[in-house]
Amino acid sequence: MDMNLAIETNDLGRVYRLRGPKRKGDAKQLVALDGVNLEVRRGELFGLLGPNGAGKTTIIKILATLLLPTSGSALVEGLDVTRDVQEIRRRISMVSGGETSGYGLLTVEENLWMFARFYGLDNATARKRIDALLEVVGIADRKRTKISDLSTGLRQKMNFVRGFISDPNVVFLDEPTLGLDVTAARDVRGFVKQWMHDHPDRTVLLTTHYMAEADELCDRLAIIDRGKLLACDTPENLKHRLQREAIFNLKVGPLGPKPSRDAMIEAVPGVRQATIVEQNGHTELNLILAQEDVLSNVLAHLTRRGSSLISLEKREPTLEDVFIDLVGRRLDVDTSHHAEGEHAAG
Amino acid sequence: MLPAERVQKATGLRLFWYTIWARAYPRIIGSTREKSWLFFETVLPLMGTASYVFVYRAIGAPEAYTGFVVLGGAMTAFWLNVLWAMASQLYWDKDGGNLELYVVSPGPLMAILLGMAVGGILMTATRAVIILGVCSFLFNVSYQIASLPLLILIFVATMAALYGMGMMFASIFLAAGREAWHISNLLQEPIYLASGFYFPVKAMGFWIATFASVIPLTLGLDAMRQLIFAGDPTLGFLSVEVELIILLVLSVVFIYGAIKMLAKLEEIGRREGRLIERRR
Repeated sequence: MDMNLAIETNDLGRVYRLRGPKRKGDAKQLVALDGVNLEVRRGELFGLLGPNGAGKTTIIKILATLLLPTSGSALVEGLDVTRDVQEIRRRISMVSGGETSGYGLLTVEENLWMFARFYGLDNATARKRIDALLEVVGIADRKRTKISDLSTGLRQKMNFVRGFISDPNVVFLDEPTLGLDVTAARDVRGFVKQWMHDHPDRTVLLTTHYMAEADELCDRLAIIDRGKLLACDTPENLKHRLQREAIFNLKVGPLGPKPSRDAMIEAVPGVRQATIVEQNGHTELNLILAQEDVLSNVLAHLTRRGSSLISLEKREPTLEDVFIDLVGRRLDVDTSHHAEGEHAAG
Repeated sequence: MLPAERVQKATGLRLFWYTIWARAYPRIIGSTREKSWLFFETVLPLMGTASYVFVYRAIGAPEAYTGFVVLGGAMTAFWLNVLWAMASQLYWDKDGGNLELYVVSPGPLMAILLGMAVGGILMTATRAVIILGVCSFLFNVSYQIASLPLLILIFVATMAALYGMGMMFASIFLAAGREAWHISNLLQEPIYLASGFYFPVKAMGFWIATFASVIPLTLGLDAMRQLIFAGDPTLGFLSVEVELIILLVLSVVFIYGAIKMLAKLEEIGRREGRLIERRR
């Protein structure tokens, strides 16, 4: 057991048994995680990046002791999530995006005080930390507002205070900026960065499907899709994998009806990945090419299909490109109810 | 920014104590925040109680029945609280996202349930006292208490058994995965009848009264009536002493059952993912 690791999973698997009336031939189980191996070091802000239904939340729920794995093992600060439940709960906390926890008739201060007491904080410490944290997230003036009167953004800031009030060693942030406006999301990200800076021995595991958020916040991140871990590295190194490839954004005229498989743009030699989005009378192509000179073949292909080039941009690789390169589709495609049925995630 | 030094956190019994009062707080403070309860939880039960008083007076029943009904009317507040704010509460908390946070926190779930019970008893006692006071004034009920210490003991034993049952029901309702209000609705009216809220339970006959005694309010109410209206004709089902012993046994059984059921619920919840799913 490596004491420098805050989180460790070995061949972690989770299968959900599906309940309720089923038709003959329907899937009876759902594979949410399939042999996930993760190592998160102490002091790291680690991201899990993947589309909805990839299995990110399932990993967090297992690590937060809300869910048992069906195979493999998971350790938090060297403690086993199946055996050392109480000790793990003393060291962690969790904040989820879109959370509606608490009681609407309580004020912000009362609600936070209640949760602080569940973590064993005495009155004086709880109140001191509530004041300090509300000040940090900029809602000190809402201390005596009923939480039912808070906007989504303010409520999420309060949830953040709840998550950090107990001075946790490991914090799980599950899509923390989900549904927030740009300003509130920026404030929340700023808070996380500042907290990590001020507490270098603590660990944050963040799940997100926002590329920019993962890129901005995370020291390292893992890309996960349909329960499988596809890659794990720093954002820079992940993007560096595509450095040798040429990435182009093309805006072209309408491509017309979908051709047969061997006449599709992906069949052009040297095209590694292509995503196509039809928009207002034109088509946007995101292409990852093996080499720059493949572009001339692509343009010839488009001409054969009767399309014309409107604009062309060569750009640096992003995490979105890394994801497309690994998975073969864009991150915003929801796979939680995927047609391949038996292999999806919760 | 926050100080970098580590925060001291209570464990063991102290954490248990902190958790009880933290969870009781929303219930206690809730009474002062939403005044609408004054109407819904005192005026409406008052009207129900009054209707029975007028029925008894119309048919020329002994005057003691007025007191019986008034006491029953006051105690209905506790039954409604157990049904709607104890048994159903974990279900609501799961729906609202609180249950996950309760489970993830080191505060014991049993302390959270006890907190709900303590808050519920304190809040409901206020309502019960208002109903009792107003009805006693309106209908000129006179009390002749045989033994105050015994009466207090019976009340405490009744509350322990009743809220123990509520804590046990909380896990059952959640595990059943049914819409909680359907189960609560199903139980509400039949218990009014079987527990003798508005008439002496003895009138139901021995076997039905015995069966209904599983609900602690049946025996609690019966014993309290015997102690509070000592000068009136004996309409008690069993002797007060026997009823006290049964209530104490029920308290132990229900609280032990609640502890076991809660542990089982958490185990099943973690295994099957029921603690994290939200069905709509």
